[in-house]
Amino acid sequence: MAAVDDLKFQEFDVAANLLAANPDATTISIDEPTEIPKSQHSRLQEPGREEDDELLGTDDSDKTELLAGQKKSAPFWTFEYYQTFFDVDTYQVLDRIKGSVFPVPGKNFVRLYIRSNPDLYGPFWICATLVFTIAVSGNLSNFFIHLGKPTYHYVPEFRKVSIAATTIYAYAWLVPLALWGFLMWRNSKVMNIVSYSFLEIVCVYGYSLFIYIPTAILWIIPEKVVRWVLMMFSLCLSGSVLVMTFWPAVRDDNRRIALATVGTIVVLHALLAVGCLAYFFDAPELDFPAPLIPAHNISTVITKS
Amino acid sequence: FAGLADVSISEDIPVEGEITVPVGSHSPDEDFSTLDEPVRDTIMRDLKAVGKKFVHVMYPKKSSALLRDWDLWGPLVLCVSLALMLQGGSADSKDDGGPQFAEVFVIIWFGAVVITLNSKLLGGTISFFQSLCVLGYCVMPLTVAMLVCRLVLLAGSGTVSFIIRLIVVIAMFAWSTLASTAFLADSQPPNRKALVVYPIFLFYFVISWMILTFTPQ
Repeated sequence: MAAVDDLKFQEFDVAANLLAANPDATTISIDEPTEIPKSQHSRLQEPGREEDDELLGTDDSDKTELLAGQKKSAPFWTFEYYQTFFDVDTYQVLDRIKGSVFPVPGKNFVRLYIRSNPDLYGPFWICATLVFTIAVSGNLSNFFIHLGKPTYHYVPEFRKVSIAATTIYAYAWLVPLALWGFLMWRNSKVMNIVSYSFLEIVCVYGYSLFIYIPTAILWIIPEKVVRWVLMMFSLCLSGSVLVMTFWPAVRDDNRRIALATVGTIVVLHALLAVGCLAYFFDAPELDFPAPLIPAHNISTVITKS
Repeated sequence: FAGLADVSISEDIPVEGEITVPVGSHSPDEDFSTLDEPVRDTIMRDLKAVGKKFVHVMYPKKSSALLRDWDLWGPLVLCVSLALMLQGGSADSKDDGGPQFAEVFVIIWFGAVVITLNSKLLGGTISFFQSLCVLGYCVMPLTVAMLVCRLVLLAGSGTVSFIIRLIVVIAMFAWSTLASTAFLADSQPPNRKALVVYPIFLFYFVISWMILTFTPQ
């Protein structure tokens, strides 16, 4: 039973005075919420954090949601909205390219490099460079292959540029669209920890195509074995970037669907490489001498008659 | 208002000013009216401006004349002449020939627009038409290279002529890229200069490739 005194309204002294009287009392302090460090300005992360992000993803994805809302606040019909997609510096683009060429096993490309700042500069200009590289290299390789033949007349094959452009831009933009739609659909059925925005998927696909640029230049070498070895090598590198990015997004799903998704990603990537090699680069023919009529055939004909 | 009842304007206060309103102030435009001058003067003024810009491209110093008074006459003339000179090669093949007239046009103008948009999206301070103007005028060395290539091809189309054409095209490509970079690089944020210069490099590389691979029928 409470004493009557306890029920009376009590005046409490100022906190400082109370604390001075009783220094050991426990205190609770409520401060202004500290500013969330914008991840787009924090370039260096502690190394240990990467593992947690990879495993949990919750902390970063919450922050990602928050910062995505903070960043792209301009309405979509203004120029500033599209400027937010080009908010990258030179060294950031170079870092992302390096990350796509040397995939670190276990590290996710999106988490490591994109960091809620997807850009459209990389995908667009890497695709443009790839289009012209493939067209020019194909033209050069055909020129060298057919060089000695008397019936060969060099043509610049300019039509192939438009075909290359259509193919590569369709691959780099429509396949991410389909993949994003598929992942969103699966997300509604299975609760995934990791989910990517459409621009992040476009970013991964765009940067993963970078390895094909030096590959296309090296495909000028007219040796079939060399070309296939190069293709396998670049397919492994860029395929592994894609697989390591998208495996965390589907691994919580039904096993077969997860494997089918990742398999489709790799197969489409391989189809692009094989298709480009087959269409733009003529097969290097080996020069056989004109087939000699076997001598014994003539002798048998003579002996018969 | 009670306190003002006994205020009277004394004749000691001087009243100054003009009652008449001045008729027709002399604005600078009136002295520069182009309505009364002969047509020849009007045309020569524009031609001189275009010619001065060509000279600026040939000796790219950091001057702002190219940027300040942009015009698109020069780029149009250069683009049309380059596209015309790229015709007449491999005309019999349907698919695998050189670029058509419309293709050259589209590549140059669409390419210039995309590069301008790219530099503006990256935070550049140059205006849209100024950038188009600079990129168009800097096609001039490559047009000169095309002219030289056609003249060399008239003489013959062997290995020697190819080497001459290769050297000329490479030199003019470097000149174009350096000239346009000299004009455009200053208006970019300092840590994104390479991001803006690379598409310009790609643009002139594609045009150089079209010039180099031109083979007459």
